[in-house]
Amino acid sequence: MNKVVALTGDQAAAEAMRQIEPDVVAAYPITPQTEIVMNFAQYVADGRVQTEMIPVESEHSAMSACVGAAASGARTMTATSANGLALMWEIVYIAASTRLPIVMPVVNRALSGPINIHCDHSDTMGARDSGWLQVYCENNQEVYENVIMAVKIAEHKDILLPVMVCQDGFITSHAVEGVKPYEDKRVKDFVGEYRIQHSLLDVDRPVTYGPLDLQDYYFEHKRQQAEAVKNSLKVIPHIFAEFKKHFGVEYDFIETYKMDDADIAIIALSSTAGTAKVVVDELRAEGKKAGLLRPRFFRPFPKEMLVQALKGLKAVAIMDRSESFSGRGGPLFAEMRSALLDEADRPLTVNYIYGLGGRDIDTKQIKSVYTDLEKIAAENKVKHLINYLGVRGEK
Amino acid sequence: MKKKGWKEIPIGGLIDKGGTAAEYKTGDWRTFRPVRDEKKCIHCLLCWMYCPDSSILVKDKKMTGFDYEHCKGCGICASICPVKCIKMDKE
Amino acid sequence: MKELIEVRWHGRGGQGAKTAAQFLAEAALDAGKFIQAFPEYGPERAGAPIRTYTRISAKPITLHCGVSNPGYVVVIDPTLATASAVEGLGEEGVLLVNTSESAEAIRRKTGFKKGKVATVDATQISIDTLGAPMPNMPMLGALLKVAPLVELDALYEKIKAKFLKKIGEEKTNANISGIKKAYEEVKVE
Repeated sequence: MNKVVALTGDQAAAEAMRQIEPDVVAAYPITPQTEIVMNFAQYVADGRVQTEMIPVESEHSAMSACVGAAASGARTMTATSANGLALMWEIVYIAASTRLPIVMPVVNRALSGPINIHCDHSDTMGARDSGWLQVYCENNQEVYENVIMAVKIAEHKDILLPVMVCQDGFITSHAVEGVKPYEDKRVKDFVGEYRIQHSLLDVDRPVTYGPLDLQDYYFEHKRQQAEAVKNSLKVIPHIFAEFKKHFGVEYDFIETYKMDDADIAIIALSSTAGTAKVVVDELRAEGKKAGLLRPRFFRPFPKEMLVQALKGLKAVAIMDRSESFSGRGGPLFAEMRSALLDEADRPLTVNYIYGLGGRDIDTKQIKSVYTDLEKIAAENKVKHLINYLGVRGEK
Repeated sequence: MKKKGWKEIPIGGLIDKGGTAAEYKTGDWRTFRPVRDEKKCIHCLLCWMYCPDSSILVKDKKMTGFDYEHCKGCGICASICPVKCIKMDKE
Repeated sequence: MKELIEVRWHGRGGQGAKTAAQFLAEAALDAGKFIQAFPEYGPERAGAPIRTYTRISAKPITLHCGVSNPGYVVVIDPTLATASAVEGLGEEGVLLVNTSESAEAIRRKTGFKKGKVATVDATQISIDTLGAPMPNMPMLGALLKVAPLVELDALYEKIKAKFLKKIGEEKTNANISGIKKAYEEVKVE
């Protein structure tokens, strides 16, 4: 067993990429993803990996190069953040609809403007309908492990979809934490070798990728994509099981923390959930039945598991680190409310939009949410459905 | 051709073999058909080079006729012909 | 050791506040502790005031917010010893400042009355030992005297591992001398 080493979230992603040793990496650096590309480029320069590194002139080109490489059958990766993701937008959809298993660590950063380099989820939440799978990581160890697992998920013959592995910009990407990497060989054994069924470069069996697809078949291809994402809910658990067998670490679509007998709970993605766990511990010490529910996957959306985890609760706060400007709360809130709508026995729900542009979310703020929940549960009534937590002025 | 359902086609818009354009008979799009005066033809093969649908049939470096199953009747061949040996007749 | 130790470092861009925060964390990690080290990123310019943080715990750390109530505040640049440096630092806390002035003078400047104040002239120490004003490593040495978070030897090992290849044996040893000297000279009142 390897020892624990000090790595930032970006270094953890780069370390996983080094061990996976993809055939092709095409990337363009952008804060706060830069250290992923920088570290990986160093591995290439030092001859530690045989990867073909394509330094491109923009993210649009990065994803375009990835699409070409992946269609040829190369195991392909890139990485980006915020405005970089926005610039590759057109090709992000093409990668998913062409069913190319590209893996992309995304370091979540607020999408400009006004210009900001710090964490929120506006970038990847904007891409939630692109057909990519999305994993959100709480800490650096998860970043490392999810990047490895994402390769297997993306390339599974019954999935064949690209995967974003999201982590919080600066909060984990630039924070040094203890990470336990596995031996190179074990990682290589786990990810195995990727064999594409139809390579664009197989001249003996020529195929066409990306043809014009109009009223006659486009719809059928979208229906296939919808099925693949839905079906990934059934397939990914096998990869969790394989990961556990291989590395002894258990993963699931969601994480529950002290939810068994909880009356109130917060639902939050990524690093905020870690901070909330500390608050849950404090509240539990006071005898309050507080819990935490963290979706690891936002795509596929693990609806059944989430609904199941909320059975018997009185009030739930859904935390969104992005604004959807619907006037009806953030994207996680909208999905959760929709998921709960068919349940006869469902908790009251309330939305908190928080941490935009990297605004710190601390234990005090999270505690105030649980205090609100206690009141909501006691009165059986939600007075303020959409709340802006940590903003100055009217909430 | 009966169109297939989403479970019956390759994923991702992939066309999983080559030469499938031949299966798509575009000949019935035609309202004018090219007709060649064999005696005038000098076999320069400019029509073969310009035809957007590979519908000029050639054998032993000689122009031998048209592939009417795929010719859409665009008339480029008639227009480019230096000796004006191709005319466009109404279907 | 308290369950969770939080240290806030105040320095200017280029003075090594980030490196100091990280070295402390890594030395603690090697000693089997759970750690975090992270900077508070703003506009990154040489000379701009920056804050960095170290968390050390015997248990896994799931907190991912800034440090608002540090147990220790380390001021690497003397000019940053102002009221904002002691924000959230409680009576149990320790304020460690790189200064040639007295603890009394620091209390006046920062308004930090009740907790402990530690002073050491780390800039002078780094000039004497390293020949350059790089006070971050001496401040690490001084901190370990005030707060025995890790063994001095463990820190030396970390510094050798990090520095030997990069800056050579002579400068690495000069850094270690600076740490030792600051450890011996720091005054706590």
